[in-house]
Amino acid sequence: MADVNTGDEGGGKKKHGKKRAKKSSTRIDMTPMVDLGFLLLTFFILTTTFNKPQAMEINMPVKDKDLTEEEKNKVPAKHTLNIILTDKNVVYWYFGVADPSKALPSLTKTNYSQNGIRKLLIAENNERHNMYNQIELWKKEVSTGKLTNDAYREKVKVYRKTNQMSSLIVLLKPDKDSNYKNVVDALDEMAICNVGSYALLETNDLENQMVANANTF
Amino acid sequence: MPKIKMPKNSPSIDMTPMVDLAFLLVTFFMLISQFRAEEAAIIDMPSSVSDLKIPDKDMMMILVDKEDHVFYTITGQEIRATVLEAMSKKYGVKFDEEQIKEFSNMSSFGVPMKEMPAYLSAGSTERKKIQEKSSGIPSDSVNCELCDWVFYGRINAPRFRVAIKGDQVSSYPTIRRVMDILQDKKVNKFNLITNMESGPAE
Repeated sequence: MADVNTGDEGGGKKKHGKKRAKKSSTRIDMTPMVDLGFLLLTFFILTTTFNKPQAMEINMPVKDKDLTEEEKNKVPAKHTLNIILTDKNVVYWYFGVADPSKALPSLTKTNYSQNGIRKLLIAENNERHNMYNQIELWKKEVSTGKLTNDAYREKVKVYRKTNQMSSLIVLLKPDKDSNYKNVVDALDEMAICNVGSYALLETNDLENQMVANANTF
Repeated sequence: MPKIKMPKNSPSIDMTPMVDLAFLLVTFFMLISQFRAEEAAIIDMPSSVSDLKIPDKDMMMILVDKEDHVFYTITGQEIRATVLEAMSKKYGVKFDEEQIKEFSNMSSFGVPMKEMPAYLSAGSTERKKIQEKSSGIPSDSVNCELCDWVFYGRINAPRFRVAIKGDQVSSYPTIRRVMDILQDKKVNKFNLITNMESGPAE
């Protein structure tokens, strides 16, 4: 195959008409070896995992049992966006606090698509100090090399800090029917929409009731 | 003039450089690939835009599969052995040398303590059967073996990163319970392991 013995090995020795014992080629047929080599190569290429899984980091608040209910609700209500995640990838949201003594806030139904929760988050975030656009601008500067990563982080930190009391706060409340993908998707939206302050909480009874009401419509 | 004879070319190609190349590549892939011990659970992770890479070592991981069964793993053979020893003391389950060795070489597992010796002694097919029958590591408030696994993992490896690896369809209450357990053990910062996703479409 790869090495057919044509009988003129060594070139110029032909002139001598002397009969000699036929010189056997010193070459070895490499083809099976190549086959084996590539077989192994294919195997290792296929079994190697190049892309490691990613991870997102979340910081949970320290569980403080001494906090009273009032202190927990200290976040300014008009900047608080409650996002309730429920089954079938449905998302409900409302602003403020659900207070049983007052009229219940109405839930708005949306989903995880681009025109769903993301549109709302970006709009609301921009409404408060132009937060989304400003950070996007800096992100672009980082990608073009105008801004270093550290400078970017510092800028964002300062910007968030100065507008702390009047920027958007998102409370993510996955209910018992939601799945893990929903939670990760929602956390992802926080990252995409540059929401600085968000918390992962649980729905309370009132909110469960509100969801149940909204589902019946 | 005699006819000029074109030298008869042998149709052979010298394969040696090709072999060299092939084996060079084989060596390369052999060295960089690492065989992971088989995970006890098949987990289809959700994707996220996060680009944080997780390290291979110094990790404590809690896995939740699609049936909401909880699995646990921690890296490092010595640490695994120490954690198992602590657990065996606490639950009064004895392990022999062979089983401890097996445990330290294993990856994630999801069986309660009382099934652990049988699980460790079993062969791989037998082990799968035990795994299928069991409903993960107990993590409810009455019998929280997961709490102890996390606790002893934390004590023996305080610097380890803690991560939760959940399936897309695992229910939120289970994930929440795991998070609550972590928070009870003063782990307030942890990672959620996800697959990569391309950035938001503009």
